Amino acid sequence: MGCSDSSFIKDKKSPKVIKAATIIQNWYRGYSARLKARQRHALTVFQSIEYADEQSQMQLSNFFSFMLENYTDEREEDPELIARLFGCNLPDTREDYVKMIDVPDSYDGPRLQFPLTFTDIESLIEGFKQQKILHPHYVLAVLFEAKKVLMQMPNISHISTLLSKEITVCGDLHGKLDDLFLIFYKNGVPSNENPYVFNGDFVDRGKNSIEVLMILLASLLVYPNDLHLNRGNHEDFLMNLRYGFTKEIMQKYRVYGNEILKILEDVYTWLPIATIVDNDILIIHGGLSESTDLNLLHRIERNKMKSVLMPPIPSDGDSAIDLKITKVGSEKIKTSVSLSDQLLQHEWEQVITIFSASNYYEDGSNRGAYLRLSFNTLPKIFQYQVTKATHIRPLYQRVNTVEGSAIRMLKERIIARKTDLVHAFELYDRNKSGKLSLSQWAFSMESVLELNLPWRSLSTRLVLTDRDGNVDYMSSFQNIRIQKPVKEVHSTLIETLYRYRSDLHIIFNIIDTDHSGMISMEEFRTMWKLFKMHYGVPVDDSEVDELANKMDLNKDGSIDFNEFLKAFHVVHRFDPSRKSNKPVVQE
Amino acid sequence: MAEDREWESTETAVAELHKKIKEAFEVFDHESNNTVDVREIGTIIRSLGCCPSEGELHDLIAEVEEEEPTGYIRLEKFLPVMTEVLLERRYRPIPEDVLLRAFEVLDPTKRGFLTKEELIKYMTEEGEPFSQEEMEEMLSAAIDSESNSIHYKDYITMMVEVQLFKEKNKVT
Repeated sequence: MGCSDSSFIKDKKSPKVIKAATIIQNWYRGYSARLKARQRHALTVFQSIEYADEQSQMQLSNFFSFMLENYTDEREEDPELIARLFGCNLPDTREDYVKMIDVPDSYDGPRLQFPLTFTDIESLIEGFKQQKILHPHYVLAVLFEAKKVLMQMPNISHISTLLSKEITVCGDLHGKLDDLFLIFYKNGVPSNENPYVFNGDFVDRGKNSIEVLMILLASLLVYPNDLHLNRGNHEDFLMNLRYGFTKEIMQKYRVYGNEILKILEDVYTWLPIATIVDNDILIIHGGLSESTDLNLLHRIERNKMKSVLMPPIPSDGDSAIDLKITKVGSEKIKTSVSLSDQLLQHEWEQVITIFSASNYYEDGSNRGAYLRLSFNTLPKIFQYQVTKATHIRPLYQRVNTVEGSAIRMLKERIIARKTDLVHAFELYDRNKSGKLSLSQWAFSMESVLELNLPWRSLSTRLVLTDRDGNVDYMSSFQNIRIQKPVKEVHSTLIETLYRYRSDLHIIFNIIDTDHSGMISMEEFRTMWKLFKMHYGVPVDDSEVDELANKMDLNKDGSIDFNEFLKAFHVVHRFDPSRKSNKPVVQE
Repeated sequence: MAEDREWESTETAVAELHKKIKEAFEVFDHESNNTVDVREIGTIIRSLGCCPSEGELHDLIAEVEEEEPTGYIRLEKFLPVMTEVLLERRYRPIPEDVLLRAFEVLDPTKRGFLTKEELIKYMTEEGEPFSQEEMEEMLSAAIDSESNSIHYKDYITMMVEVQLFKEKNKVT
């Protein structure tokens, strides 16, 4: 051939070669685009489900009001329950008792010295990097001290970027310690010269909520004027029950978990609501609605708000405030009107939503960001993403992970509505062929599940279709089922219990005033009746009773509700946790 | 049943296509106002199963853009154009055997592989060249790190398996 470099074809510009290259490029671009579309679909699934979850929180919140009205009619006055719901009159854990908790010599985690200094913050960071668990003595001490500091603060703090301070604003962290470390690494740890605002949702979902919270509260104690915390909707004991923080605490702190939870409830209520920078920028979790009155926000007794899911403790002179938390994420809003003016109507120049938990839904799902504010300049945004891998995984692997996770979640939703879905399918399938058009299937899925999703695009991952494009609709339920704790029980009942299990979990926990994990069968029955009434579920009272009996959970007139609820879970036929190099998506 | 016959009429086929296109479009409609960033149009079109070349893609974009390009494409303009594309079955995907032959053209001595350098050279200098990002992306999945080469037959089989998943879900 005569080429000095023998690995190349002699005439590079030959039309054959150009055509071959073009074919490969064309094919690759198509393939890559389809992967990216699948990635977007997965994200859409996560977001839709999250949004639907928020709606069901509203429903739960309404149920509490409903329950309160009706429960006392069903039973005699139950002062403990009312106290529990309104959170007052609980015997407080005494600070001195708590401080007597011994820290053994064998404990090798971080040791703190009060009053805290920056060495203690470093000690915490170091210890948590080594996966140490902070001793409950220190956890409680930090909580108590933090409460004292927070109580001194107004609902809305005012801070300034004058004196050439740049302020860093972070959004939701959701227990992602690695993200917090990454932020500190890129942006520096908090200090007098490096102030931070953390805009809520420090906890829940991630597996290091307590560690994140401890670092933030410790920083608050060391730099109370330069570390600002706003309360998010997850700084809420009821949300923690549902979204994992309570579970994390009970797992890490078997002996003192309950004590920690109790103090935590209190600390949450003292977290400020918002921060204002330079009289110009409002930082608040969840943003504002048109009816939010900032003046009112300044004045309310914020510590009376136990939970976003419940009405605030009634108090003379206060009107109940509807702090609607409408979004995931936190908002920073710029206004052109100074705060001394009427705050009700204002023109916001810009709304920025900051979210600081990367890989929030799944490894590879999204990046996180933080903001730096300095005097009279546009905010600067910094993005990042935590990764455990030492190299970037190929696109198909990342997409498989995210998609696999999304489809798994979606299938769990689908199986929980099996009865309603089959009913909807059969309405279309009058000649009982077992098949529907893609359109009919998509329509049924959307109307029953009430999830606005690209069903046609997702269908290949969810159902079997034939050559004509018709859907074998019963395959919607393939490879997944709800575990039946007892053989002879109706699927509808099992489905209902599975579907509402997290709401039920919260409700049971409220009723369980002494945190024993047990409630009386009578309370169980009463609560069930109310639940049925409000949620309109087609379940027989006696059925539930019978089920509890059959499951042998009715012990001396009491029921272990955690065991009861745990029994309703889903089993996936193919668990995608096995690792594989092949890009074959879970079947 | 008489109703079933109706389903086969062209109007319904078009209605189905409309739904399919709208769905693909909406996934990228981040502001929920029936517009998408023009930079995502390629992904949308390809996600609908078409494989236009870059040149063909540019022509398509010109058809759906506003008189004065805004950087956004509206659904109203995209829908009829895309419907035509799908009805006419334009820009069909590359069959596996054609892809294999293309690799073989670039490997005339039939070694069964291309070196990383060769692949980079061809992909970034010939045809419709890859951007650096596209090149890195392809390399991360294609290159066998031990030999620093792409064994294209295995590679194609692996990539096609992903497509095969769709086939697996079909019943006769």
